[in-house]
Amino acid sequence: MTPAPDLVIDGTATIDGATLFASLTLTLAAGQWSCLLGGSGVGKTTVLRLIAGLETGAEFTGTVTASDGLSVPERVAYMAQSDLLLPWATVAQNVTIGARLRREKPDLARRDRLIERMRLQDHLHKKPAELSGGQRQRVALARTLMEDRPIVLLDEPFSALDARTRADMQDLAAEALQGRTVLLVTHDPGEAARLGQSIVVMTQHGLTPCQPPHAAAPRNVDDLETLETQGALLRLLREEAA
Amino acid sequence: MKYLSAIAATLFAVAVWQAIVSLTGLPKFILPGPALVAETWWQNRWLIAEHTWITGVEVVIGFACGTVLGVITALQLADSRAARVLVQPMLVFTQALPVFALAPLLTLWLGYGLWSKVAMAVLIIYFPITSSFFDGLMRTPTGYLDLARTMQASKRTVLWHIRIPAALPSLASGMRLAAVYAPIGAVIGEWVGSSQGLGYLMLLANGRAKTDLMFAAMLTLGVFSILLHMVVRRATARMAGDGH
Repeated sequence: MTPAPDLVIDGTATIDGATLFASLTLTLAAGQWSCLLGGSGVGKTTVLRLIAGLETGAEFTGTVTASDGLSVPERVAYMAQSDLLLPWATVAQNVTIGARLRREKPDLARRDRLIERMRLQDHLHKKPAELSGGQRQRVALARTLMEDRPIVLLDEPFSALDARTRADMQDLAAEALQGRTVLLVTHDPGEAARLGQSIVVMTQHGLTPCQPPHAAAPRNVDDLETLETQGALLRLLREEAA
Repeated sequence: MKYLSAIAATLFAVAVWQAIVSLTGLPKFILPGPALVAETWWQNRWLIAEHTWITGVEVVIGFACGTVLGVITALQLADSRAARVLVQPMLVFTQALPVFALAPLLTLWLGYGLWSKVAMAVLIIYFPITSSFFDGLMRTPTGYLDLARTMQASKRTVLWHIRIPAALPSLASGMRLAAVYAPIGAVIGEWVGSSQGLGYLMLLANGRAKTDLMFAAMLTLGVFSILLHMVVRRATARMAGDGH
């Protein structure tokens, strides 16, 4: 794995001539969690997909650059709201799917370490349908970590989970993805306040950077400053929408 | 419960059948009753078994060949845009032709024996297999493809590890449909030209006003088709993901 770089995405996007987002510059600091917070339809997922080099359906004019000058899409790992586990494959196979898709030999020792870290050792040979929502997202996280990429793109990965499981997953992900350049796209102010080392609110009018709480992420769910930040972020979202 | 309802439905159908025969008093060469058909079936069981065997072989070979051909075609279509542009309209056009009209041609080309019937069964199941599997291959959930892309997967490995497994349930439903169609294909082939098989036996019995034997052969064909469908259903259960 190359060291985690800074990422800068700079440009405008249109869909069929209509502006999705006007001239925008988003900087993701190397080795840090950046949270991009916004309502539905403001184009935050488009930003993430542009970085990943995925089809967006939008016309993007601009650049995505890494501070080390190397290409970006080959160095991202991607995790979506849906766990994207292959229903016909076991947990073990799902975790190593990346290597098999590249015709490489999967590093089984590494897989077993990750499986253990995600507390999935009892489920190695189960199919995804036999797991709970939280377990499935842990498998997805193990698969993401298996890729061992310096840049990790998370598209609302915890939004379908119940509150307790979501908090657990946030802790686990924050710890596991330390040192990587992480972009977390979310519509949940609480999540951004807990995890963001930098927080940016995205609306139709553009990006508004926000001061993250001082405590180190992942912050406690009952940390006062974190709760205040959550409130401030929500207020900002509502004002911008009005 | 499933079996009970099947038995109940069968008994009900037989009762209605018997009632029609008794009430209308139709002569037995027009509509034989269930008892007579059962008796005829038992008396001719070896004859019927012999012809069932012939039809069965045609159907099984036809089913296997049609499935293999359909799977190969669907993979080619899914893999290449050129193949889609060239072959897809042709496929649809062949479906517009009545298969019945092709049967005499097949007999002319492939002779009177087994292979013209196998070809007929293949023709009739080729399209459902191809189109169902092809549809499945083209409808891979986009999330999987996105994930594969970020993993730098090649077209081949995506096809092999993601698109094909994701399309197996569609292929399974195509095969289940084909199991019902394949016997129809073989029997059409036999009607047009043959000296063996259940289709031949039905035609022969009908021509000689042995309507009871015709019914016995027809019901045997029906039971055979249902059995084949059940076997295929069981065999494709894993593919279809029924177990989940």
